Amino acid sequence: MKKRRLTREKLTNWLWGYSMILPLLLGLGVFYFYPVGKVMRDSFYNVGAFNKSSWAGLANYEKMLSDSGMWKSLGNTFSYVLIIIPATVFFSLVLAALLNTKIRGRGVFRVIFFIPTVTMSAAIAMVWRWIFNGDFGILNYLVKLLGGQGHYWLSEQATALVCISLVTIWMGVGYNMIILLAGIQGIPSVYYEAAELDGASKIRQFFTITLPLVTPTLFFVLTTTVISTLQIFDVIYMMIPAKSTAMRYTQSVVMYFYRNAFEFSKKGYASAIAVFLFVIIMLLTLLQMRLQKKWVVYD
Amino acid sequence: MQRSVHRKKMSFGTMLVYIVLILGCFITLAPFAWMFLTSFKTQVEAVSIPPSILPRHWDLSSYLTLSNKLPFWRMYGNTVLTAIIIVAGQLTLCSLAGYAFARIRFPGRDALFVLCLAVLMIPSSFLILPQYLTMQKLKLLNTLRAVFLPNLFSAFGTFLMRQFFMAIPQELEDAARIDGCGHGRIFVQIMLPLVKPGLVSLGVLTLRFAWNNLMWPMIVNTSPEKMTLAAGLSYLQGQYLTDYPSIMAGALLSIIPLIIIYAIFQKQFIEGIALTGIKG
Repeated sequence: MKKRRLTREKLTNWLWGYSMILPLLLGLGVFYFYPVGKVMRDSFYNVGAFNKSSWAGLANYEKMLSDSGMWKSLGNTFSYVLIIIPATVFFSLVLAALLNTKIRGRGVFRVIFFIPTVTMSAAIAMVWRWIFNGDFGILNYLVKLLGGQGHYWLSEQATALVCISLVTIWMGVGYNMIILLAGIQGIPSVYYEAAELDGASKIRQFFTITLPLVTPTLFFVLTTTVISTLQIFDVIYMMIPAKSTAMRYTQSVVMYFYRNAFEFSKKGYASAIAVFLFVIIMLLTLLQMRLQKKWVVYD
Repeated sequence: MQRSVHRKKMSFGTMLVYIVLILGCFITLAPFAWMFLTSFKTQVEAVSIPPSILPRHWDLSSYLTLSNKLPFWRMYGNTVLTAIIIVAGQLTLCSLAGYAFARIRFPGRDALFVLCLAVLMIPSSFLILPQYLTMQKLKLLNTLRAVFLPNLFSAFGTFLMRQFFMAIPQELEDAARIDGCGHGRIFVQIMLPLVKPGLVSLGVLTLRFAWNNLMWPMIVNTSPEKMTLAAGLSYLQGQYLTDYPSIMAGALLSIIPLIIIYAIFQKQFIEGIALTGIKG
């Protein structure tokens, strides 16, 4: 008698459990799991207009190997990673450390530094494009005022990629600063009190206490910014006109993927690019997980 | 004596800290100020050399251009509507699933949860093309449903809510059970109020995403009537290449609502972000 009551309770539990996760699982199935299979399948097909597809074997992947546009955009993407990651990590760490001191008004500073994080990248890219404008931009005016020479910042090969990187750094610092600040504040204050007694300077405390103990958070910041920088798109899309010659030396892999999929209507080839990028992201993330043992301090 | 020397040294350091922080503030705020000032200039004044910093007279014509020549307010409405639906949908679905994963025992639970976590590893650019093809097949292109449908389901949100539900002590649930409450009432009346901080954090993070997202809304909706603001801005930029005041006015109006909401909920925004670093 007692046993039967228990199974009935179990059954209601099961029913509740399944029905509460069912809507989510259905959605994830349709919009996440099915697409994973679909994009992998499509990468082996030619998908043309009206989505008629024909078997292509490895042709899309072979094409990628000899496609200079693909290699160029891959090179650009790694340039973005190499410029953006160190600068973003450096500036967000410095600001987080400074905001962790007992200075007045740090709440206000924190609020201000975070503003770019809540504003849409499309709008931000537009104002920066206006600032960088070669004919009427305020930057050129200031540069000339200081005796320098004006540039078409966003169409010259030497500057376009760097400008996009600068905007991305400007956008990302506040977000990572907040995460790092939370990490720094999680460090037990006894360490600092002990260092204070020993007469260690603030700078010394930063390098011997803060920096090593914040490495787990630093690791998180590093992996997430690498993943997002490998997929850089919005700023390039909003700042570089599609027909500009600068597109070639600024476009990232995702930009190149987007143009193949939606401008050139080569959906099979675009799928292969997406798979390729996914593999790169996975490999780089795994590599970082491996390397973390060498520098991340866990106590 | 030594004390005063020490204090003097400290204040020099503090001054340096202030200089760096104030410089940082300037670099952060200057583009917004420039956006604001340009939007009140006439087209002629915006491209004059040397540029004027303050508008000679505060001109509203760029805002009128936006209202008259674009379905700008329509785009605004689209953004508000889709953002509300995405936030409400994610909060509902993620807290339901998060509760089940955290507090109900049923066969296959852990395997299904791991399956959800696997979604977190997939970059969005990897999914966007097949998601688009799905929308095309469902004949949903150029509808607002296309903008919000895939974004109602979030593995990250489910994970976040599960963490919050796990933290609630078992005794509370047991007491309610003895009083004769079922899962439905426990969930709604006892658990949901206790995870309010989690709901608010997920809500603001989702709002930030839904409001600002560019690529997906731009791909699925190409008719201006169905665009959200981010996509609309790129359309505006394409239409009015050299009308810088109008472009800046559009950008400014698009970012204001989130800045206001951020001003009100800044604690939740910042905690929500910090949380992703700790729990993610």
